[in-house]
Amino acid sequence: MPDSISLAAKSTTPSTPSTPSTPTTPIIDVQHLSKRVITADGVLVIVNNAHFSVSRGEAVAVVGASGSGKSTLLGLMAGLDNPSEGKVLINGEDLFALNEDGRAKLRGRLVGFVFQSFQLLPSLTALENVMLPLELAGVADAESRAQAILTRVGLAARVKHYPKQLSGGEQQRVAIARAFVSEPKLLFADEPTGNLDAKTGRAMIELLFELNRERGTTLILVTHDLGLAARCNRRLVIDAGVIQTEDAAQAMAM
Amino acid sequence: MKKFLLALRLLRRNAKSGEARVLLIALFIAVASVTTVSFFADRVESALNNQANELIAADVVVTSDKPIDVRFYDEARRLKLTEAEATTFPSMVAGDETRGQGVNLAEIKAITAGFPLRGKIRIADAQGGVDRDATSIPAPGTVWVPDVLLSRINARVGDELKVGAIKLKIAALVVKEPDSVLDYMGIAPRVMLNASDLSATKLVQIGSRITYRLLLAGDRKAVEEFSATFKGKMKRGERIESVRDARSEVRVALERAQNFLGLAALLSVILASVAVALAARRYSQRQLDSAAMMRCLGATQADIFSLNLWQFLVLGLGACVLGAAAGFIFQTALAAMLTGFFTVSLPAPTILPALQGLAIGMVLLLGFTLPPLLALRKVPTLRVLRRDLDPFDAGASLAYVLGFVTLAALIIWRAGDIKLGAIAVAGFVIALAIAGLAGWLLIRTTSSLRGATSGSWRYGLANMKRHAGGSLIQIMALGLGIMAMLLLTLVRTDLISKWQGNLGDNMPNRFVINMQSDQLDQVRQYFKEKNLSIPDLYPMVRGRLVEINDKKIVPADFKDERAKRTSEREFNLSSSATLQADNKILAGKFWAPDDIEKQFSVEDGIAKSLGINVGDTLTYDIAGSKFTGKVTSLRKVEWDSFKANFFVIANPGVLDSYPASYISSFHLAPGNESVVNGLVQRFPNLSVIDLTAIMSQVRTITDQVANAVSFVFMFALAAGLVVLYAAIASTQDERVFDAAVMRTLGANRKQMIVVQLAEFLAIGLLAGLIASVGAMALAAVLSERVINVPYTINWWIPFIGIVGGAAGVALAGLLGTRKAVDSPPLATIRELG
Repeated sequence: MPDSISLAAKSTTPSTPSTPSTPTTPIIDVQHLSKRVITADGVLVIVNNAHFSVSRGEAVAVVGASGSGKSTLLGLMAGLDNPSEGKVLINGEDLFALNEDGRAKLRGRLVGFVFQSFQLLPSLTALENVMLPLELAGVADAESRAQAILTRVGLAARVKHYPKQLSGGEQQRVAIARAFVSEPKLLFADEPTGNLDAKTGRAMIELLFELNRERGTTLILVTHDLGLAARCNRRLVIDAGVIQTEDAAQAMAM
Repeated sequence: MKKFLLALRLLRRNAKSGEARVLLIALFIAVASVTTVSFFADRVESALNNQANELIAADVVVTSDKPIDVRFYDEARRLKLTEAEATTFPSMVAGDETRGQGVNLAEIKAITAGFPLRGKIRIADAQGGVDRDATSIPAPGTVWVPDVLLSRINARVGDELKVGAIKLKIAALVVKEPDSVLDYMGIAPRVMLNASDLSATKLVQIGSRITYRLLLAGDRKAVEEFSATFKGKMKRGERIESVRDARSEVRVALERAQNFLGLAALLSVILASVAVALAARRYSQRQLDSAAMMRCLGATQADIFSLNLWQFLVLGLGACVLGAAAGFIFQTALAAMLTGFFTVSLPAPTILPALQGLAIGMVLLLGFTLPPLLALRKVPTLRVLRRDLDPFDAGASLAYVLGFVTLAALIIWRAGDIKLGAIAVAGFVIALAIAGLAGWLLIRTTSSLRGATSGSWRYGLANMKRHAGGSLIQIMALGLGIMAMLLLTLVRTDLISKWQGNLGDNMPNRFVINMQSDQLDQVRQYFKEKNLSIPDLYPMVRGRLVEINDKKIVPADFKDERAKRTSEREFNLSSSATLQADNKILAGKFWAPDDIEKQFSVEDGIAKSLGINVGDTLTYDIAGSKFTGKVTSLRKVEWDSFKANFFVIANPGVLDSYPASYISSFHLAPGNESVVNGLVQRFPNLSVIDLTAIMSQVRTITDQVANAVSFVFMFALAAGLVVLYAAIASTQDERVFDAAVMRTLGANRKQMIVVQLAEFLAIGLLAGLIASVGAMALAAVLSERVINVPYTINWWIPFIGIVGGAAGVALAGLLGTRKAVDSPPLATIRELG
């Protein structure tokens, strides 16, 4: 088991203060993270004291049944949602010490996303969708970079198409291209094959891992696809909000 | 700059998608309708004013009992106004006595070249000859006279007429003078001569009762500036008059015309703003996912806001410029259609209405797009994972309040009348609140209704509850939209025809003045002989108001021009046992016929300018003696009833000891002119004043306003359709998605149509009901309080409102969700899920 992982159940490590990133700093450090909501039936704990970190270049799968809290955990790790307690450090920066805009900027700089429902903007063409994060960051050669990565994902011929003119697989390729175009250090993928048939799903996973290797990105993906999870270096199994087990050996064996 | 360019790129991409189109169309219609109405109203108003100005032969007239002061000439020349002069005074004129021709009292009117500045003098070459427009004024050495003078002195065209020290040749017969109404009380026939002959007559001497007039015309702004320059700086005996001052009927008609046009314009603004608000809301809602995604990709709240704001601004400016241009083109076409309707040419349009349209468009855009934009800024980023998360921003709700306040200010400004605007705004706010409350109650009670219905109807009503927010907005928007359209329908039909009906064919068109008390019975007898209904005869006693509550009046103390004028000269007091039908008591109580205490009833307008209230004591100087009475009531007078009316009347009997002449008005059917000639022949001291010209002016105004309002109605209709479309579209996605789910669960086409129908019918019925009640209530208040036209309930309105509302909304709703019924459900679920 790599040293960098410490599961919530085993860990006694106290919270570390936000430190500048060094090559040895984990790309993401989750510290005693919990999310609770109040419902009619009382307090519902969705994520309970999650505590782990991920090293640069790793691929980690978060697996669990429907409603186990894996998507909420992803949302918290990416700073899309606020935790009830705990911390998330990305590249050494305390995510929740930043305000909404600070988190957005950090995401723009370091984080990419791939969603189950692709989340392409319907009014933009494939090329424009991929250009968008670069344009938001004010990058000059947005178009050529977007064109290049779309060619890389095999969509050179379809750059002018709108999302609804593309198949599910093609839409997900655009989404992957968009996620990688800004060269993020960390990529979150939420059920990236959830909306695709098995064959297309497999092709998508290949693409995701190839790009991951090529660009040295850290990959955190939420899935209930065991095949996909098995491709990762490690798997975090979440059940009723609690991270239960971690099985790296099996992943290595794949 | 980078952000702006990115916004432009995003806009270019969004514009293709079609979501922006509804907003674009809504803004376009808003600006085009407001601009057209402004352009048109501006030009029509100028034309109506110019045309009405023919009644005084000028745009503005300076009158004085001394030669006109040089300061008026200086100012007129500085403002580049055209000028002409008219000098009038009474004098005896004589024909050739050697040929048995007589003498008669005449009013001499010496005019300079250019007279009249507005309108034309109609002359004929001989008695009974064909009349034509005069192209000049009488040549030096000649006079133009009316037929009646020739009959009285037994002379003919071509004969000589002795005027003072000289003899002048009668060159033409005057058939019609444009400014005859200015000399309302002029009783003698008018003799028109060239001003260059005036000194030779030797009639202008110290002590002569001469009225000097300087007539001016020109650019409206310059004319207004001229009047404003001298406001409050007039010396004793001087006054400045426009047609509004000179003729109450025309003033009232022009004011009413402005009210109608203002009302029509403000209703189109209301409709357009509902459309813009709905379209902006939907546009922003459609941007929610994009905004959340952009937040994920690193965009800050400020980025989201500025990117969208720039898009809105560019889009809005484009729509506004197009709308203003279209407004200009529409009004040009409209003006061309109406050529020939006016006796004067329509003045050229100014740029102002286009600027107003642009300003209104941008204010609407910002007022109604800022709230959803501010909310968009706060979109939870988590929405990328959980689509049901909507932004909530209290600041955005506050921004809506700001939007409404801006709109209210805009409406009041467009209405051109604070009272009209304020009533309309209050009416619509109340209707909006009622619509909101009723909608909320309806949605709340749908659960109990659901129990009473079955099958598809139950799902339809359940949907309404599920889309509570959307349904509420639909009910409110449609309620306001239908209300504005119904109100405009009422204005276009009932109110305007009521106004036109007030000017019916049997309105009095002749005034008889100068009757003496011993002639009254004979005059009545004359009417009886001619089988005409006997008119009411009112006494007139000349008096000057000298004290209010025993305090001496100093004309200079009054700020109000009219008050100053009223207090400085004599005017007519009358008395009456009963209240005239066209009068209404506003305060106090009208006297009983047998009251003997001296009392006055005062017209509310003059009471306001003089600061007179019920209970005050007024003292008049009548022929040198004082007459004091108590004000017991204030009256509203329908000045455009064309009946004899008085600012101040006293109770019967109390004025009997003072010298009085009598006045009356009656209707003379066309072709019956011999009755008037007979009357004047039998009672030579009487003067009959023909009001036909004024009446036709007032009729022209009403017809023109009716035309303009009908035109505005077309725009309102277009705006109404956009409101309907935008309201339906506001919940279209949810509906289409619901329908697709139902389709997958096996619902057939008919069941699905019933589901949609149930929901839309309920929304349409409620919106129609609220709109009908609101429109009728507002029409009643507006007609009584502002337009002063009696109001009767039109039962077609609730029928049209409710049935039309329900049917229209249901039809539009079904068309809007046709896609749900007709497309394969999976495609829909994929697209929207």
